[in-house]
Amino acid sequence: MTRVVLPYHLRALAKVDREVQVDGATTGQVLDALEAAHPVLVGTMRDPTTGRRRPFVRFFACQEDLSHGSYDDPLPVAVLRGEEPFLVVGAMAGG
Amino acid sequence: MAGVRVLVGTKKGAFLLTSDEGRREWTVDGPHFGGWELYHLKGSPADPDRIWASQSGGWFGQLIQRSDDGGRSWNPVGKDFTYEGVPGTHQSSDGTPKPWKFTRVWHLEPSLTDRDTVYAGVEDAALFRSTDGGDSWAELPGLRGHGTGPQWQPGAGGMCLHTILLHPTDEQRMFAAISAAGAFRSDDGGASWLAVNQGLHSEGIPDPKAEVGHCVHNLAMHPDRPDTLFMQKHWDVMRSDDAGDSWHEVSGDLPTDFGFPIEVHAHEPETVYVVPITSDYLHVPPDGKLRVYRSRTGGGEWEPLTKGLPQEHCYVNVLRDAMAVDRLDECGIYFGTTGGQVYCSPDGGNSWQAVVRDLPAVLSVEVSTLP
Repeated sequence: MTRVVLPYHLRALAKVDREVQVDGATTGQVLDALEAAHPVLVGTMRDPTTGRRRPFVRFFACQEDLSHGSYDDPLPVAVLRGEEPFLVVGAMAGG
Repeated sequence: MAGVRVLVGTKKGAFLLTSDEGRREWTVDGPHFGGWELYHLKGSPADPDRIWASQSGGWFGQLIQRSDDGGRSWNPVGKDFTYEGVPGTHQSSDGTPKPWKFTRVWHLEPSLTDRDTVYAGVEDAALFRSTDGGDSWAELPGLRGHGTGPQWQPGAGGMCLHTILLHPTDEQRMFAAISAAGAFRSDDGGASWLAVNQGLHSEGIPDPKAEVGHCVHNLAMHPDRPDTLFMQKHWDVMRSDDAGDSWHEVSGDLPTDFGFPIEVHAHEPETVYVVPITSDYLHVPPDGKLRVYRSRTGGGEWEPLTKGLPQEHCYVNVLRDAMAVDRLDECGIYFGTTGGQVYCSPDGGNSWQAVVRDLPAVLSVEVSTLP
């Protein structure tokens, strides 16, 4: 299972704790699993039609920004082992 | 005992203000959806405990929330606002063609008779309808597909469909208003639309009397006289007595005819309320005095209503969806400001009290009259 940390607003929408666990070995699989488990999250992280990541959403893991990679890229080994979480982040913006 | 539930949408959440018919003592509940922009909330006339809320934000997009218990609990419903067919283009702010793109829901207008039917006015301007309690939404594409669509352009706030008026007895007739396109009427349940802007005059467009391009800020109708419409335009307060076929100006002796909201008294179809704002480049009350203006003559002659409102150093704005009236025997008037105040007048505007003073900037105010 992949550990996923959601930002405050998405935790509130999905009514979950800070960290959830889903099946997924790539960014795309993690997002698919999150949306399947919590349909309210559809559209909040990526465009439901194009799949494009929303502008102020980022995906981090192991001190790396995975936001600009392919949804099919494998997650870092430490994430797959459950040693590190996959972070969904609302970008810092607004001054 | 009768009472009111005032639904307040703000830049950082929603608040519900409740009172009995005296409207002097208030309970404040919120924030709901703290941190999100609540562009609009409105209760169903068919079931006041059913409340619709448009929840949006730049980070995580658009959601629609529905409460079936008067706002005690909420559940997200459908949020797929996909345009029908190939969206085409409208004008961008610089006049070049720009593809239609959904941004947010500005306004939710529940059916007058069916608790499961609700309309949504969105940016980029289009009208959607749900008939299944919000689970799914379908565009009424005849409006966006109006032949003038490629000429529509955004106002400063975006190209939004912000006003939806439903005829009280004829389910086929409805009105919509778009910034900056103008007013439109449908006589076939939203399938096709007619631009109803004859008589409007706007200096900011190449042809001041063009069929479309007018920055209509808000429309109001009294249910007893559905052919009479009142309009607050970018500049000018206007009136139509033929369901929008023609308009004439009723700004009269207002200190300025720029403003955003307009409302009609619940029991007096010729009593109208506006909040004059200094100008298009200065969205604050004239002279730092917050004044609602009331006309008891259907426009033309206006009186300032000031009792209980700040009359010095006040520089807030009142946005287009941020004024409402209740339907109690003595009509109550409500408005919210960008400074976070929500004012109530329980006596038709003669006197005002601040229900709350320190909310986030208020985007919308609606009121449900409770049995």
